[in-house]
Amino acid sequence: MAKLKINGKLVDIDVDDSTPLLWVLREQLGLTGTKYSCGIGICGSCTVHINGEAVHSCVVPVSSLTAAQEIVTIEGLSTDNSHPLQQAWKELDVPQCGYCQPGIIMTVAALMKTNPDPSDADIDANVTNICRCGTFNRIRRGIHLAAEINKRGRS
Amino acid sequence: MKKEHINVSRREFLISSTTIGVGFSLGFYLSACSDGDKTESLTAKENLSAEKSLSDTPEVNAWVVIEPDDTVIIRIARSEMGQGSLTGLAQMVAEELECDWSKVTTEYPTPGQNIARDKVWRSFSTGGSQGIRGSHLYVRKGGAVARHMLIEAAAEKWEVPMAECKVANSVITHLPSGRTTTYGNVAKAAAELFPPEQVELKDPKDWKIIGKPIKRLDTDDKLNGKQIFGADLTLPGMLNAAIKACPVFGGKLKTFDDSKVRKMPGVRNVVTVDDNAVAVVADTWWQAKTALDALPITWDKGPNVGVSSESIEKMLDEGLTSKDKVSVGNQNGDVKKALQGAVKTVEATYRYPYQNHATMEPMNATARWTKDRCEVWCPTQNGMASLEAAAEAAGLPISKCDVYKIHLGGGFGRRGAFHDFVKQAVAIAKQMPDTPVKLLWSREEDMAHGHYHPITKCKLVGGFDKKGNLNALHVRISGQSILATVNPKWMQNGVDMLTFQGFHAEGDHAISYSVPNLLVEHAMRNPPVPPGFWRAVNINQNAIYMECFLDELAHAAGKDPLEFRRKLMANHPRNLAVLNAVAEKAGWGKPATKGVHRGLAVVKTFASYVAACAEVSVDHSGKLTIHRIVAATDTGYAVNPQQIEAQVEGSFVFGLSALLYGECSIKGGGVEQSNFHNYPSMLINEMPKVETIVMPSGGFWGGVGEPTIAVAAPAVLNAIFSATGKRIRQIPLKDVDLRPA
Repeated sequence: MAKLKINGKLVDIDVDDSTPLLWVLREQLGLTGTKYSCGIGICGSCTVHINGEAVHSCVVPVSSLTAAQEIVTIEGLSTDNSHPLQQAWKELDVPQCGYCQPGIIMTVAALMKTNPDPSDADIDANVTNICRCGTFNRIRRGIHLAAEINKRGRS
Repeated sequence: MKKEHINVSRREFLISSTTIGVGFSLGFYLSACSDGDKTESLTAKENLSAEKSLSDTPEVNAWVVIEPDDTVIIRIARSEMGQGSLTGLAQMVAEELECDWSKVTTEYPTPGQNIARDKVWRSFSTGGSQGIRGSHLYVRKGGAVARHMLIEAAAEKWEVPMAECKVANSVITHLPSGRTTTYGNVAKAAAELFPPEQVELKDPKDWKIIGKPIKRLDTDDKLNGKQIFGADLTLPGMLNAAIKACPVFGGKLKTFDDSKVRKMPGVRNVVTVDDNAVAVVADTWWQAKTALDALPITWDKGPNVGVSSESIEKMLDEGLTSKDKVSVGNQNGDVKKALQGAVKTVEATYRYPYQNHATMEPMNATARWTKDRCEVWCPTQNGMASLEAAAEAAGLPISKCDVYKIHLGGGFGRRGAFHDFVKQAVAIAKQMPDTPVKLLWSREEDMAHGHYHPITKCKLVGGFDKKGNLNALHVRISGQSILATVNPKWMQNGVDMLTFQGFHAEGDHAISYSVPNLLVEHAMRNPPVPPGFWRAVNINQNAIYMECFLDELAHAAGKDPLEFRRKLMANHPRNLAVLNAVAEKAGWGKPATKGVHRGLAVVKTFASYVAACAEVSVDHSGKLTIHRIVAATDTGYAVNPQQIEAQVEGSFVFGLSALLYGECSIKGGGVEQSNFHNYPSMLINEMPKVETIVMPSGGFWGGVGEPTIAVAAPAVLNAIFSATGKRIRQIPLKDVDLRPA
């Protein structure tokens, strides 16, 4: 039995040690917003935050985690779509099929914690998620809009 | 007129229809399984965060339900997979309904209900860019009929003539008295009325909702993880299955040793699926996959084990010049004579590889089988075809089966004509009666068992007369027919006309040019690799063949590629209009930034006219940068311009991913690529700026989701030639040396 801290709550997990965090989230906790797509840590659909950093949860064995780590999933970002990225995504109608979007939003949310107004080059270097529908240009605009929303919120 | 005025049998039908109309949520259907499940279904609904609330409100007609609080529920038969037609179709119903758009929601009727109601919702097929253009008439009519009934109900209540009533934004007004009521107040009474015999549809100039850049209806839940995809589904008591089919096409399952895995954590069963696959069923999918990976399996690799990319290449090369099994897709004049008399000829051979759809959500379906009922929950591009597949696999009459559609995590053609994942899920569930089983493919399984973009090669010969005009064009395509494998009944006298997409003499996929002597042929060569409809289908390669070769001809004639095309397009004004639009906006003929070069492409396909002008640079090391693409699209009527822009931008990602990286190579009778590390897709850092010109010329309905993909690759390849002097005739570019010649 392992203890994990997910979206601010301590939970007990009873799974095989090698089980990836992704499948703990999806199958033990019912947090299916975090998606399975490649399973080898490439596509980014399974991105969550561990202590604020974006990680591919499909390649993180549950045994490598402790209850001291803050794990945040898309469900923990906001409950009412009030996060600036969600607002911007809504404003620009970013998602198409939407399957990769939780992972992309989590990737960008982590980036913007340390870099609140990322340049296009920053975006290119940090957002390596695959989107087969091809929402990249709206994602880029969405990031810039979220940065603006953030600034408006602070001023 | 009230329904009971007509006859009893019709009244009964309407009552049963109404009953069917109650509640289209996932949770409801579970409760329909058997009486004992009612409590369970509520739990299921909560677990699912079911998309819709249950409604007891009778429908106004098959397309429209209006709740007492004025919520408008519009029924959508086609599937939403990202392309946005859920919203577009709702716009079309709402336009004629004259309802308050802010109160509109949608729901999917089931294919089983469609059959029970004499196919009232018509086609569920969501492919061929048909969602809007294939149903605009009857869905608008559905909205108009409902509007008529709602106004009639209000008029009857007020005892005034209908003609004195008007409606706007769900509010009905009796003009002489100024009395008002809302749709929600009269919907119940309207549901009791018979539909009018005839309704008039609005003139397009009066549209208020169609043609507007309205926001999608399905965005909110896609931003916070609430959107349930098929892979996310959970039902009470559900088990999970992982599957492995023979990695060689046409191979079979020989044996497996389940004693090694039966005691592994969570494992409930190990089952044979059809004659070529084995599945492990476990409490969780991760347990099922872990056990499957540990399961010793022996395959009967079958007759195709010697098939390779090299052997397929030989087959196709033979077809480039063969006289055997050659069909003609389009011809005029006498090409042979014209080429013999040509002052100058140009010849080139192009190639297009196998590609996987690689939807982000791998194939999946959840099935529950009992001896007298089979139900399937799945992402599908064609609910009716999924239902047929489910019934066949279940061994039950279709009336005892149903399919509940879930939004797709990408489709791209993979989930339209092929329901292998549905059949497998049912075959597994059948071996575990009364237990819902969710089958989810691994990415590796998805890569190994696609229905691939077909492989073809193409030899083109052009001939110039002494004035330097293009007088003859001979196009010989050699390679795979999709229809011959998927459904030979769709062929015409043994000819797969879809192979000639973009080369047809007329129609939705007509050629963009007039050449005095033209011959387009197909030597059908079908390797044992399953082909499928891959977003945009055969126009992907045919547009490269035609548009890149035209570029070659222009350069051979010493002419500007735009001017050269224009001269051949006098009889193709709409094609010319989109080409001119991109040329003008891109600044064709004017100098670009130093080191940046341009390329053009234009096609008519899926009844739409599209063109692109790409701007690229290639540095001394051969590194390609695609800076900007200007794209134009004429879809006739444009239902939602901002969603058309989204589809155009997305089409470049799909088309350019194919150009840069897309190839499935064949070795030992199977696909070599296994995941995104060796089958990459382009990323945001490679994405060009896209400027989209939506230029609907009216009078026809063209497709949106696919056409633009076709111009992505040829526009960039022509720009690469301009930049490097290198003519690239095969894709993908990942292994091609682009250093300037």
